[in-house]
Amino acid sequence: MMSATTPKIPSQFTLPQDQSKASFVSTPAAPAKITVSDLDFYYGRSQALFQITLSIPERIVMALIGPSGCGKSTFLRTLNRMNDVIPATRVEGQVTIDGNDIYDPGTDVVDLRRRVGMVFQKSNPFPKSIFDNVAYGLRINRVTKSKTELADRVEQALKDAALWSEAKDRLHQSALGLSGGQQQRLCIARALAIRPEVILMDEPASALDPIATSKIEELIVDLKQQYTIVIVTHNMQQAARVSDTTAFFLLGKLIEVNPTEKIFTAPDQKVTEDYITGRFG
Amino acid sequence: MDYHRHLDDELNELRDRVLLLGGEAERALERAMHALAARDDSIAREVLSHDDEIDRLEVEIDRQCIDLIALRQPAARDLRFVISAVKMAPLLERIADHACNIARATIDLNTEPEIKLSASLQRMADHASSMLRAALDAFTARDAMAAREIIKRDKEINDLYNQLFHDLIAMMVSEPSTATRDARLLFVAKHMERIGDYVTDICELTVYMAEAAIIKHIH
Repeated sequence: MMSATTPKIPSQFTLPQDQSKASFVSTPAAPAKITVSDLDFYYGRSQALFQITLSIPERIVMALIGPSGCGKSTFLRTLNRMNDVIPATRVEGQVTIDGNDIYDPGTDVVDLRRRVGMVFQKSNPFPKSIFDNVAYGLRINRVTKSKTELADRVEQALKDAALWSEAKDRLHQSALGLSGGQQQRLCIARALAIRPEVILMDEPASALDPIATSKIEELIVDLKQQYTIVIVTHNMQQAARVSDTTAFFLLGKLIEVNPTEKIFTAPDQKVTEDYITGRFG
Repeated sequence: MDYHRHLDDELNELRDRVLLLGGEAERALERAMHALAARDDSIAREVLSHDDEIDRLEVEIDRQCIDLIALRQPAARDLRFVISAVKMAPLLERIADHACNIARATIDLNTEPEIKLSASLQRMADHASSMLRAALDAFTARDAMAAREIIKRDKEINDLYNQLFHDLIAMMVSEPSTATRDARLLFVAKHMERIGDYVTDICELTVYMAEAAIIKHIH
């Protein structure tokens, strides 16, 4: 057993006594899309996540909040094995999507990442045309059978990402000519084009102005009709506006998961309240 | 840290304003009842003239709550506190309005021959004042348990009102010449009964603030 570096909890905070045993599971009325059980994650000898157990129901938006370094982005990246590309990392515990263990040695990681798309903090369009950016995943996955089908899928993805009206007359111009907010929606369109089931978003609007942020937030709310969305955000109001459920992380531990309105009006844990009222640290 | 200290300062300032308004409402009630018992027009007129100040305080609390919500976006206990304050201020202002109505009734009653005030009326006034004071203490201490206890005391005011209502109706029947004065006293009693209801509302807000539990309409 590898020894782990356990983060120190600031003295003014007391974590709930039985937090390591805490379990946040979906109710029978809301079947789980993703189930995480006793998840530990290590960067080398340093443990970043401790016994995370929760379930994420289908077609909701779950916001992950917590101070920098609390493990929320690490946790997000465990959901499509994006941490695999970082050397010397290790996962223990289980993550299932639709009941299938994504860390099972037989898992096709490429297929997993097709099913679980990701949008990053900084928009990262390829230096290609708008069309080619959205078509990229379809082409490499050989999803479409004809140019017409490819064009239809690109159009639909751009429409779903609320970018079509702004991009339809410049589809073959460079994506780098789009504004920051448009580039981020393009990245969302690129993720949507291959029709994932889950979309992970890591601070998708943190670099955007309020109007572009508002468009991304409206888009997130629209997308949950079809997708399960997990979003990391440092913006408390954004979490409150877009999410159905909010999970609060601190020092690699999951402190509380509750409906968002409960988290923001009457959280169960004092440490959650201290964080969202800005009295943390 | 400065930001949060500043927020705490603003929340404390809001709490102090609510308490100031509460103190003014309590004082208005006591002064109005004193004016009634002492048949003192001048005290009654002081209560009326002071009402503008109470209205101004209510508006200040409204403005401060709006600013806090717009600029600070309070959450959790801070949000519950601000919501409670913004809902409590008009209740306190209305309590002061009822005190003004008692003061007006006093001025009218003083134009008529003196009648002996019912002991129940004074008991109602004492009870309403004491409930209001305790409710403000519970709000300050965020003491939901105390607030729940105060809510139970409203029944006593209601019982006193019902008793007084029957007494005054009986007096009107037996001695029609005093019916006008009895009717005015009935209104005074009704004002105090309403004050008891407002104190109950204030206590419900304290429970909400402390426990995030909405208990109105369920007790």
